[in-house]
Amino acid sequence: MIEIRSLEKYFGALQVLKGIDLTVEKGEVLSVIGASGSGKSTLLYCINGLEPIQKGSVVVDGTNVHAKGTDINKLRQKLGMVFQQWNSFPHLTALENVALAPRIVKGKSRSEARDIAEKQLLHVGLDDKLNAYPSALSGGQQQRLAIARALAMEPTYMLFDEATSALDPELVGEVLDTMRLLAEEGMTMICVTHEMGFARDVSDRVAYFHQGVMEEIGPPEQIFGEAKSEHTRKFLANVR
Amino acid sequence: MFDYNFHWRPVMKSLPDLLEAGLLTLQVATLSMIIGIVIGLLLALSRMKKTGPAYWLATAWVELARNTPALFQLFFFGFGIGAFGIHLSPFAIVLAGLSFNCAGYLAENFRGGFQAIPDTQLRAARSLGMTAWQAHTRIIIPQVFRLVYHPITNQMVWAVLMSSLGMLVGFRELSGETQFFASRTFRIFEYFAVTAVIYYAIVKIVLGASRLLAMRLFRY
Repeated sequence: MIEIRSLEKYFGALQVLKGIDLTVEKGEVLSVIGASGSGKSTLLYCINGLEPIQKGSVVVDGTNVHAKGTDINKLRQKLGMVFQQWNSFPHLTALENVALAPRIVKGKSRSEARDIAEKQLLHVGLDDKLNAYPSALSGGQQQRLAIARALAMEPTYMLFDEATSALDPELVGEVLDTMRLLAEEGMTMICVTHEMGFARDVSDRVAYFHQGVMEEIGPPEQIFGEAKSEHTRKFLANVR
Repeated sequence: MFDYNFHWRPVMKSLPDLLEAGLLTLQVATLSMIIGIVIGLLLALSRMKKTGPAYWLATAWVELARNTPALFQLFFFGFGIGAFGIHLSPFAIVLAGLSFNCAGYLAENFRGGFQAIPDTQLRAARSLGMTAWQAHTRIIIPQVFRLVYHPITNQMVWAVLMSSLGMLVGFRELSGETQFFASRTFRIFEYFAVTAVIYYAIVKIVLGASRLLAMRLFRY
């Protein structure tokens, strides 16, 4: 369970998160929507401790992410993250991209790590690209590689930061399909997304962020059907 | 008008000695590059911190190494600290001087390389649970090395040629050895002509080796 309490985050003088309270249960798929600059991506970075916070707390399975004594590297193994810019490691093959962290972070042997990597690459449909370098992969394939890389750490949660925003339109589908597959398998997911179709069809709940505030959260039918907040309705009217 | 008679025989007789001195040149250049790369990396990382004593030390190092003649840097390790009673062997003087110089130049190359790697690579590595050390050694530095590979090769060539300054601090590397024989036989032109060819050959070997190594290292 991820529990976020009164979370406040500043970049210098600019407040980007203004007191967020949010609980994500195991097995839930939460989509976070909202305009650029509303703090959605920053929220993800605060959850896995890539960004420090100024007030409040983020607790993952009982561990406070931002507490001094927390072993953040251990905690991050539970929190897989996929970035907007897919960030595959260009000097490693697809297989090495996926096998590296299990080996050096979790201490798996080379052959174990290789097995894990092959399994996850098969999972995302890249089993024919094991020895390809990222430069030889399309954007969609690189993003699926990034998903496989995160999954290889056997995370409890997956955080998706606009995983499809930087892709050519014709490549968005394959990545969304992979995310759908994960959701069906019961993965707990927080997806910051601009894909309203995905948010509506796949999520258990949808949260709408507006200028650093979580304006509204609820099941997709509520957000897309009868949003209570004026801001939410306006945003959705503009997107569609 | 042109009545100089070439005498190549003495040069040919001392050719084995010259080639041996050439090996010494290659050796001191290679060692100083290895030391220079390690220190240069540390200097680059210190300079990127922007504050603290390590930043100032690294900045001073880079400024001195890049903006003063290499010859003066050798003299510093020879006569400079010699004045304080610390006497290094000629080999050590040249090694220290070249390492100091190479580290300064390489530090700036590395710094450029580090800045060319997007921050997001580090974030991606850390998000997988890697420590900062693991992320740097496994993800960032290998990519930096590829970016600065040709500047490093360039610096290696420069180190080979710069080591010829060693003859001015009494080091019998290729130039020092040549000077020694030349002044004994007065066949100055012949000796230095042959030595120039040897330098050329050494640099060609260095460039060839660098190309082979690149093919082996960078398959992406």
